[in-house]
Amino acid sequence: MTQPEQATSEFEATLRDHAPQLIESLQQGRFGDAAQLITEFTQDRDRGLYREVGKLTRELHSAIVKLEMDTCNAGGEPSPITDATDRLSFVVEMTEKAANRTMDLVEESAPLVNYVCYEAQSLTADWQRFMRREMKVDEFRELVRRLDQFLQRAMNDGTQLSENLSEIMLAQDYQDLTGQVIKRVTRLVTELEGDLLNLVLMAGQVDRVAGIQHDRDELIAEQRQQKQNGSAKNGEGPQMHADMREDVVSGQDDVDDLLSSLGF
Amino acid sequence: MKILIVDDFSTMRRIIKNLLRDLGFTNTAEADDGTTALPMLKSGNFDFLVTDWNMPGMSGIDLLRHVRADDRLKHLPVLMVTAEAKRDQIIEAAQAGVNGYVVKPFTAQVLKDKIEKIFERVNG
Repeated sequence: MTQPEQATSEFEATLRDHAPQLIESLQQGRFGDAAQLITEFTQDRDRGLYREVGKLTRELHSAIVKLEMDTCNAGGEPSPITDATDRLSFVVEMTEKAANRTMDLVEESAPLVNYVCYEAQSLTADWQRFMRREMKVDEFRELVRRLDQFLQRAMNDGTQLSENLSEIMLAQDYQDLTGQVIKRVTRLVTELEGDLLNLVLMAGQVDRVAGIQHDRDELIAEQRQQKQNGSAKNGEGPQMHADMREDVVSGQDDVDDLLSSLGF
Repeated sequence: MKILIVDDFSTMRRIIKNLLRDLGFTNTAEADDGTTALPMLKSGNFDFLVTDWNMPGMSGIDLLRHVRADDRLKHLPVLMVTAEAKRDQIIEAAQAGVNGYVVKPFTAQVLKDKIEKIFERVNG
C-alpha cells in the first residue's frame, strides 16, 4: 500500500506559501527574520502534528467504541468480536452434531441392508433348487415359511430404511444455518479490515507531518523471517488451492510419490 | 491388535474407528490430544497408533517424536492422518519416523492400503 495522494495539509500549504519569504530573508541577510520564520514553521508543524494525532486517536476511540472493546462495557451485550467467536463455536458444535446424527442413522441402517442381502442370498440358493425340481415337499414348506418371513421383514426394514434416509437428508440442514452464521462473521471481519485500513491511513498522515518514514520493505522482510521461524510447527490446516502452490501436495498420490522419491 | 486413535475432532475419531472396524480391527481406544495419548501409549500395550497432526496441546509430530524417543515405544507403527499437505511437513514426518502418511480427505481404500502396507513391512 503506497502513501495515498492526500490533500496537502495545512502545514504543507503554509510551508509552501512562506518558503519564498524565508529564502528572501536569507538572501538579504535578515537572519533575525529568517529565524522568526523558522520558529513559526516549527510551531505550525507542531500544531499540524497534534491535529493529526488527535484525528488518529479519535478514530481509534471510535473503533474501540464500535467494537465495544472498552473496559467499561461490563455485563452488557457481548462485543462484536466475542459474538463472532461465539458464533463460530456454534458452527463447530452444529456441524459436529449433524455429523454424529448422520453417522448414527447410517449405523442403524447398515444392519437392515445387510440382513436383506444375506437372507436373499441364502433364499436364492434354495429357490434355485426348487426351480430345478430338486426339492422335497416338506423342504418346500420350510422354504415357503422362510420366504413369507423374509418378505415381511423386507417390507418393514424397507420402510425403516426409507425413514432413516429422510432423517439423514434433514440432518444436513446445518449447512444453511451454519452458512448464515459464517457469512455474518465474514462481514464483521471485512468491516474490521476496513476500519484497520482507515486507522493506518490516519497514522500515515501523522508520519507525514512528523517526517517519519517507515521502511515497508524492511517490515515485510522481518515478517517473512518470523513466519519461517515459526512455520513448520504450526501447519496451515486444510489447503484450499493446492493446485496453485508448489510447496503443497494435491492429493494422496502426490504424497506417495514424494515419499517414495525420497526413499521412504 | 490394539489401536490408539488420536484426533482433536470427535467426528474424525468416529469415522476412523468405524473404518477400522470394517477392516476387522475392533479393539480401539481414543485420545483427543498428544498430551492425553502419550500416557495411554506408555501404559497401554498398543500395537498401532493413528494420529492427526494439528492438536492444541501436543501436536501429532511431537507425539511421534516422543514415541520414537521412548525405548519401549520406538518400534510402534505410526500412521499420520491429517489435513496438513505441505511438502516440508510430509518430509519432516518421514524423517521423524512415521510409517505412513494419509492426507484428508481420504477414502476407505487408501486407509486400508496404508495399514496393510505398514503391517507387511513390520512383519516382513
